[in-house]
Amino acid sequence: MSVSAPTRASKQSDAALATPYLALAPRRPFPYEYAVLAVILVAGAALPFVLPAAEMAIAVRVLVFALMGIGWNIMSGFGGMFSFGHAAYFGIGAYTAGFMLVEFGVSPWIGLVVGMIVAVIAAVGISYLAFRYKLEGAYYAMSTFAFAEMLRLFVSGNDALHRTVGFTVPVLPESSFGMFQFDAGSPLYFWIGLIMVGIALLTSIVFLRSRTGRFTLAARDNEMAASALGINVLRYKLTAVALSAAITASAGVLYLQFYMFIDPDLAFGAHVSNNAIITTVVGGAGTIWGPLVGAIIMAPLSDVVASFLRNPPEQLSFLAGHGGLDLLLYAVILIAFVILLPKGIYGTIWNRVKKK
Amino acid sequence: MTTNTPLRAEPEAPPVARRRIRLSREMTKTLVVTVVILVIVTVAAGIISGSTTVLTQAIVTGVLTGGIYSLIAMGLTLIYGVLHIINFANGAMVALSLYITYEVVSIFGVHPYLALVVTIPVMMGLGALVQAFLLNPVMRAPIHTQLLITIGLALAIENLLLLVFGPNPLSVQLPGNAGVPILGATVELSRIYAFAGSLVLVAALWLLLKRTSIGTAIRAVAANPEGARLVGINIKGIYILTFAIGAAAAGAAGTLIAPFSTIQPTAGAIFNLTAFVVVVLGGMGNVPGALVGGLVVGLTEQLGALIFPGQSPLLAVFVVFLIVLFVKPKGVFGRAS
Repeated sequence: MSVSAPTRASKQSDAALATPYLALAPRRPFPYEYAVLAVILVAGAALPFVLPAAEMAIAVRVLVFALMGIGWNIMSGFGGMFSFGHAAYFGIGAYTAGFMLVEFGVSPWIGLVVGMIVAVIAAVGISYLAFRYKLEGAYYAMSTFAFAEMLRLFVSGNDALHRTVGFTVPVLPESSFGMFQFDAGSPLYFWIGLIMVGIALLTSIVFLRSRTGRFTLAARDNEMAASALGINVLRYKLTAVALSAAITASAGVLYLQFYMFIDPDLAFGAHVSNNAIITTVVGGAGTIWGPLVGAIIMAPLSDVVASFLRNPPEQLSFLAGHGGLDLLLYAVILIAFVILLPKGIYGTIWNRVKKK
Repeated sequence: MTTNTPLRAEPEAPPVARRRIRLSREMTKTLVVTVVILVIVTVAAGIISGSTTVLTQAIVTGVLTGGIYSLIAMGLTLIYGVLHIINFANGAMVALSLYITYEVVSIFGVHPYLALVVTIPVMMGLGALVQAFLLNPVMRAPIHTQLLITIGLALAIENLLLLVFGPNPLSVQLPGNAGVPILGATVELSRIYAFAGSLVLVAALWLLLKRTSIGTAIRAVAANPEGARLVGINIKGIYILTFAIGAAAAGAAGTLIAPFSTIQPTAGAIFNLTAFVVVVLGGMGNVPGALVGGLVVGLTEQLGALIFPGQSPLLAVFVVFLIVLFVKPKGVFGRAS
């Protein structure tokens, strides 16, 4: 580590600044994360051969949750810009693809790309305003929350977007890769989702290891120091926001094509934002693998609760036929994690391992 | 309304007094601008709707719903002013209070407003417990930690209600509730009572904060927690008390709006957003500001619905909200810090 590096670098451009940060945590030529990612993808790809077909719907939901979590994590975990309204980008992705498919018969693959672009434009626009006017803390949290709600209200009252009815994906006579539609229970949904999660994780790793990611972390940990060192904080924050929105929008398209239905509440409801938050907080915000760990735990939970309630034990029989228990558990888990394990499961374990 | 009093204590030194005069002038200017905008919007709404009856109906409804919005936002702004937490569970607490009111009325068969005797202490206790066991341990953590806890709390309350009462809407009848003509518009008595209730609540909170020693302690903690601790104020105790009062305000709001509300587990979530807007408009932490903010939101909603027919009435409110948030984040009618 060279101690004199910061003073010398502060007189130079952005590029020279990379040195002090990399000196603290060297950029390895082949970070072990890539190997872990490859193992996860190979193991995941084998899952449809092991899992009974009935469980595949849960596996796809895990992937949707994971995508949302990974997206949320880039902005809120790595970037420190806590978003309470990620449903906005999820919904923009789903609705853009749904609108193009239902109204013009455009392939959802194109819808996916367009949806991601629209989400990025919206996210960068609203975030630019928020940073430009220095919204902080509670105000920033409220602006993110309000943006998602505004979109929900706008869509609910817009005739071109079918108001509260939403979009139903037209069923094709046979499965078609070009239209992103397969037989119910086809493992292709899972494999495509897995590839999307793989790309999202890869983006996370590359982002975190890149100069952009290092600067984003620096800006998160101490914005004033970072900008004093000459880092263009706004630019790196907006980069994180854009990546985050794009990944979350892709989750929306995967959701639309798998469930073949979207409405304003499913797309823009506050529970969508909450799912992204809870997934990541439980797994470990600000870590690469945290959102995936969180998704594997949280996404199947509602099915576990539902199957538990179908045959409840004697003492709990009064709960049969009542909804809400799964979300109640989510709430309790969220509060417990925030107070007791703020680093999440992965973050806590990783810290233990590192200390030893 | 021109003497808008912020929640925070202000030292009485001469230079500050001079600043206060400048502030009040600024506030008068803002008020004048707001009134002018409201008049323009009213005229526009009148021209578009083309009927005076519709317009007066909209204005009367706007003012009355506005009062209800400020009623619901009161606890939110108080909690923010002292704890700097946005209580995302505020709406869920209102919903919980709606259900308690329903239960009290259906079990004891009493007048709905008598349920206040139950809802206020119950919500106060709940608020105190939440602050003591969930929020006090993390008061030094980054702000999102506390916000996540209130989100979890909102989820917990809403789904507990869903679990116990199911999703079917319930309702509470107010004996002797009838329509009363005001300026050509017909208004239910229950809404007028709720409006009066919100005025009483503002006055009560204001008196509590300004005229009692507990209120002085709360304002001291809001202004400077470290300083307050140095003069011997139990900060954690004040936090608990503040959250309890904020929750009690949500409880009172729930009972007062019960006669004209659809009682559902998600009934409060609808108000959550509106309450945020009210609080930001009025200046976060500014109790009388919440009253003005509520009226502005109520009118914007009703007149916006006339100007943009077919859209959700809340949309106009949110457009106003985002503009205010970006242009005057410290609130139109007062300051927060």
